[in-house]
Amino acid sequence: MARVFSKKRIIFWALVALSFVLLPMVFDGGFSLSMLSQMGIAIIFVLSYNMLLGQTGLLSFGHAVYFGLGAFVTAHIVNFIDQGAFWFPITFVPIVGGITGLLFALVLGFVTTRRAGTPFAMISLGIAEMVAASALMFTTFFGGEGGIVTNRTAGGVVAGISYGPQIQVFYLIAGWCLISMMGMYAITRTPLGRLANAVRDNPERVKFIGYNPVRVRWLMMTLSGFFAGVAGALATVNYEIITAEALGLMASGNVVLMAFIGGINHFWGPIIGAVLVTLLQSALSTYTQAWLLYFGLFFLIIILYSPGGIANILAVHAPVIKARLFKSLASSYLIIFLASAPLIVGTIAVIEILYRGGAILGMSALVSWSSSLVLIVVGLVVFRFAQRRVKSVWASLDLELRKRGFV
Amino acid sequence: MEFFLVTLLNSLSYGLLLFMLSSGLTLIFSMMGVLNFAHASFYMLGAYFAYQIGAYTGFWIALFLAPLVVGVIGAFTERFGLRAVHRFGHVAELLFTFGLAYVIEEVVHLVWGRAPVNYRIPERLDFTLFTLFTTQYPAYRAFMMLVSVVMLITLYLLLTRTRVGLIVQASLTHPSMVEALGHNVPRVFMFVFAGGCALAGLAGVLGGNMFITEPGMAFAVGSIVFVVVVFGGMGSLVGAFIASLIIGAIQTFSVALNLSLLDFLNLFGLSISEDSFWHSGLSITISQTAPVLPYLLMVLMLIVRPRGLMGNRET
Repeated sequence: MARVFSKKRIIFWALVALSFVLLPMVFDGGFSLSMLSQMGIAIIFVLSYNMLLGQTGLLSFGHAVYFGLGAFVTAHIVNFIDQGAFWFPITFVPIVGGITGLLFALVLGFVTTRRAGTPFAMISLGIAEMVAASALMFTTFFGGEGGIVTNRTAGGVVAGISYGPQIQVFYLIAGWCLISMMGMYAITRTPLGRLANAVRDNPERVKFIGYNPVRVRWLMMTLSGFFAGVAGALATVNYEIITAEALGLMASGNVVLMAFIGGINHFWGPIIGAVLVTLLQSALSTYTQAWLLYFGLFFLIIILYSPGGIANILAVHAPVIKARLFKSLASSYLIIFLASAPLIVGTIAVIEILYRGGAILGMSALVSWSSSLVLIVVGLVVFRFAQRRVKSVWASLDLELRKRGFV
Repeated sequence: MEFFLVTLLNSLSYGLLLFMLSSGLTLIFSMMGVLNFAHASFYMLGAYFAYQIGAYTGFWIALFLAPLVVGVIGAFTERFGLRAVHRFGHVAELLFTFGLAYVIEEVVHLVWGRAPVNYRIPERLDFTLFTLFTTQYPAYRAFMMLVSVVMLITLYLLLTRTRVGLIVQASLTHPSMVEALGHNVPRVFMFVFAGGCALAGLAGVLGGNMFITEPGMAFAVGSIVFVVVVFGGMGSLVGAFIASLIIGAIQTFSVALNLSLLDFLNLFGLSISEDSFWHSGLSITISQTAPVLPYLLMVLMLIVRPRGLMGNRET
């Protein structure tokens, strides 16, 4: 058995920590700092979600409930601190959010984890709807439309840290992000983590070796609720406002997209998704109103062509690069890239024409419509041809890799 | 009495509409094991297509054409989308339909805008059918019920009395045997999916002008349909039927009741002052809780009977 604190592992985490310290020094603008904070929160949230989807096989459509409830309770606690009811350091306020998420996951998880698979997905959706609907009912706690406003400097100055400047908040988020990442990674190495994988793959056999799959699901759900709550608390500290939207279906759907785009079969996959989606959301939304549509299409393409997400694309190529065979793929990748270009440009053109009312780039409506449709048709034809080529190259490559013992 | 009868009639028409949606969902689910997240999006498309086609041809042709178009889109979805992701398992299929729901909603934004469209009840049906005590009952609601009932009887006869229905039912339980007998099971799947979508589209044509045709309608009705399917038991048509009527009744009645726990306590001569801590909690009326009730009911059902009203035992 590998030692828990092997040298390699310590070095790895130290490097992660170092990169967290260095990141705001490289990207030091106000915009990039708030973006990095947002990414840190998203990473904790999406990893906690992947404890369910990737590791236990539970497709939840209501994970934002634990994020949101953790955030709301934290907001009230911070407000109590602000009013001087009691004192508690803001640095450790994520624990409050975490415990809130854990308790709610414990209670709600009891109901939801009794079924797995598709019924679980629907039930989690129903629970999420229920909580979202009650959020509009209990306006004293959830603050109605305006939400709950807090003050992150409520704890005063402790050791020179007031949490006024964004950089301090970033380091708070980065610190908790590191702790949560280590915690969640550690869970995957425990017997419980292994059992969760077994429950995902074959619950019946888990029963035969004497474990209760429902109990395992419930435990994983509870633990994942904790980390979701931590993320929620950090969101409260970061934004200083929390509205009922945070626990709504859109937020829950968003984390599904992040996890899946990144790749649910690898521990690190969802992190790629969180970073990429956060970037896309803020970058695209400044350019076009239709960004949600592009986002949805991107998601569909990932599911259709690489259901393992981006992490899987990288993982598949690792042995190819190791065997120094990437050269044979490069040319067909270039072809598929060139072939998909007209398709992508044409689709974007059609969407933008529709949004901007009939014409783009100063061309007349007829010209812009017909040219983009021609692009799409040409793109489709070329793409199918290129796709076939990539497939055949991959097939021969796979044989070669097997022969040399890389797969 | 008057209130009760009118609300009962309303809840019946709403329940039947729900069943039109949940029956398609159930059929697709029990056949392919795919929960179609985009099902309510097809309902929305039905309403929008009926509005758009109706603007040129009038309501009656749209009533036939719109579900047909939605069905064709459904067939394409199955053939080029779901069938491609099928090899990646059920989670991928579910997520595909989930992504599709996103895309459809955005496309609706794109084409028809974010505001509700003016999809109205046809003039020929815009009159009072009868007057119950003092309430005038609109003819369109009766028409809705009529279409749903005719549709349901047709579906029932099609599934149980015809050769096509026989093949569909056999493909449900013994797909490989049906295939061995020379039927194209994937094509049967495609037609069932298309049929389910067309049913959702028809529900959209009928419901769109009764309620409201806007981009949020898919989201609003989608989760209720899921509740219906879970409550009735996944994969059971009879269960879905009973659940549709129950959920329809609960929603319609609770929206109409403006009573709160406070009123209930007042009945016993207890009154709670307005500055009491409990006042805001107790003064929540039943109509305010209406959005939560179906989900609460689902949770209760899951605690008492996890497989739903008529569901199979296995997960």
